Amino acid sequence: MTDAAELRRRTQELLAAHPPATTGRLDFLRARFDAGLAWVHYPEGLGGLGAPRSLQAVVDAGLEAAGAPDNEPRRIGIGLGMAAPTILKYGTEEQKQRFLRPLWTGEEVWCQLFSEPGAGSDLAALGTRAVREGDDWVVNGQKVWTSSAHLARWAILIARTDPDVPKHAGITYFLCDMTDPGVEVRPLRQITGEAEFNEVFLTGVRIPDSRRLGEVGDGWRVAQTTLNNERVAIGGMRLPREGGMIGPIAKTWRERPELRTHDLHQRLLKLWVDAEVSRFTAERLRQQLVAGQPGPEGAGMKLAFARLNQEISGLEVELRGEEGLLYDDWTMRRPEQVNFTGRDAGYRYLRSKGNSIEGGTSEVLLNIVAERVLGLPAEPRTDKDVAWKDLAR
Amino acid sequence: MSDLLYSEEEEALRAAVRDLLTDHCDTTSVLARAESDAPHDPALWKTLADGMGLAGLLVPEDRGGQGATHREAAVVLEELGRAVAPVPYLTSAVVATEALLACADGGDLLEGLASGRVIGALAVGLHTAPGAAYATVRADGGTLHGELTGIADAAVADVLLVPADDGGLYAVTADAVTVTPQTSLDLTRPLARVTLDAAPGRRVGDAEPAVRRALRAGAGLLASEQLGLADWALTETVRYLKDRKQFNRPVGGFQALKHRLAQLWLEIVNLRAAARAAADALATGEDTDVSVTVAQAYAAPVAVRAAEEALQLHGGIGMTWEHPVHLRLKRAKADSIAYGTAGAHREALAELVDLRAP
Repeated sequence: MTDAAELRRRTQELLAAHPPATTGRLDFLRARFDAGLAWVHYPEGLGGLGAPRSLQAVVDAGLEAAGAPDNEPRRIGIGLGMAAPTILKYGTEEQKQRFLRPLWTGEEVWCQLFSEPGAGSDLAALGTRAVREGDDWVVNGQKVWTSSAHLARWAILIARTDPDVPKHAGITYFLCDMTDPGVEVRPLRQITGEAEFNEVFLTGVRIPDSRRLGEVGDGWRVAQTTLNNERVAIGGMRLPREGGMIGPIAKTWRERPELRTHDLHQRLLKLWVDAEVSRFTAERLRQQLVAGQPGPEGAGMKLAFARLNQEISGLEVELRGEEGLLYDDWTMRRPEQVNFTGRDAGYRYLRSKGNSIEGGTSEVLLNIVAERVLGLPAEPRTDKDVAWKDLAR
Repeated sequence: MSDLLYSEEEEALRAAVRDLLTDHCDTTSVLARAESDAPHDPALWKTLADGMGLAGLLVPEDRGGQGATHREAAVVLEELGRAVAPVPYLTSAVVATEALLACADGGDLLEGLASGRVIGALAVGLHTAPGAAYATVRADGGTLHGELTGIADAAVADVLLVPADDGGLYAVTADAVTVTPQTSLDLTRPLARVTLDAAPGRRVGDAEPAVRRALRAGAGLLASEQLGLADWALTETVRYLKDRKQFNRPVGGFQALKHRLAQLWLEIVNLRAAARAAADALATGEDTDVSVTVAQAYAAPVAVRAAEEALQLHGGIGMTWEHPVHLRLKRAKADSIAYGTAGAHREALAELVDLRAP
């Protein structure tokens, strides 16, 4: 059993053998992976030691104190949070050996080819086709809302391999090479002016069968691992008081007394309370996870944060009065990472509109809470026993 | 940061209180009592306070109590709120007890309250927020003169803790005053007018710090009562809507209603975290003012909405006197005023976290 003391010892060993001051960034990250200290809950040989996930903090603290470089987790979030756990669970030994190390070190960035123009909330209705030709699958279709596609070397992809069975049954999961000549990435400009996301057009893309993840037709089940890990990632953060969107508006309120009105004051205090209570809820959820008793509370966190971000940023635009009529910059850019609180109130207001759509709309999440947490009857399903090719579209 | 979970002991305590209330605090008897001259349930109080020893949770063992904390008292209040139990737990075992804990004298009284054999009531209007002004009576040569209104559970109090105009807090026995019930919105926590006509009182300490401390604890733990009540409302409504059929299907399958209930669930999840934070902060003394204020600014609208949604989603049956939902609506609405409204707490918060008014 690998305990905290053992991890501390191994961390010091790594630091002694590869002093961060004299070791190249990538060399250090590779050595860290090979020492099993990348993600300690992963198996040995794949960057981990089979230790409890909660002990990762011990390693991170030791490395941070020594000034070691990290793998810029924000830049490679899709790889770390979504592709990796799915490859770990469903990948062949060969796939795990090939993909996990450069994924974790950030040498290879990953993106996610799931959503389509015709398959948003109803993701299982997706229409991108993959047809078997010899040892390859030939893929044709269009994906949308793909962040990092222009930076990515690899993609996790779900595509339709059998249109003659009901929609959930005819999907297969692939690992797609983004440098394939049939992959075209176009920036998708959004209401903020920039293009954080992309459209990805797949035309005759050939994927060898060895890059299929899981069984043919089992892609929906494989994708659940990806999507469940997306939601886990949202619940894990620990914020200080005023750590979220409420921070900038509280600062403005304190520094700019001339902007204050009684109406704004009442609304600000209400949102401050809501933000603080949400922080308690997130902390309670974190404590439940640490205690090994995960509750259903996580299902609600995304809903709560979407609403809070939207209301707080909306109030902040109003608070700014004349300045609220301005916008910092409409220039079309393709940012590498998104900082929700980094720009002006107007940007935050517009960007947070996406918070109730991306990663599951608030309406779908409310259904999930009602059905899975409260046990209320499911929505009537008219598509369950219908072949995908016969669905209304 | 504070511990926001329930310990195993706290869960065991909850189960014990819930069992007792299931057996001895059903709606029919609560309702029958509410319409009588004696809305409180003395037998239930005796079992809770004396039998289970829950009246003395906040009192140290060397002063005759159980030496537990606000965390355990909060769990008891969740269950009492769920059942709208007509017992003076919040008023005597929390508020009056906290007032005495702040006083130099009155150790004998504190011991009495902790045992549950003496019921105390702080003679400050239930609507009063911590730190707000409150009415006092005139102290004149050892006797007290005046009238105080809105005193919760005064009808069953053996001792009233009365603030006087000389800055003292006086213990006055119930037989020395006139207690007149006021027809109250909340049938299960009735108010009364207390008239003092040369009533003899014993000064137990200074009123200002005692009242402030008592009301802060009351406000903080009220959030747990509101949580229990809101949780009951959601649970009952979900249960009913799974069963109730209209248009040839369970009413709970309509998306408009599912979303409302899911939304309510989210708010109750938040309320649970806020109530736990307040109880823990009262127990540890860390960040107490902000935690209590945040909990009270959040709790009242959620509890009221939970009760209102329960009534609306039950349809016609929810509007009847025989259905238990109105007891919760009345309690929730009264709780939204008790120990300060959400607005009063937000105003206090503005000072505490430096978000000042224009």
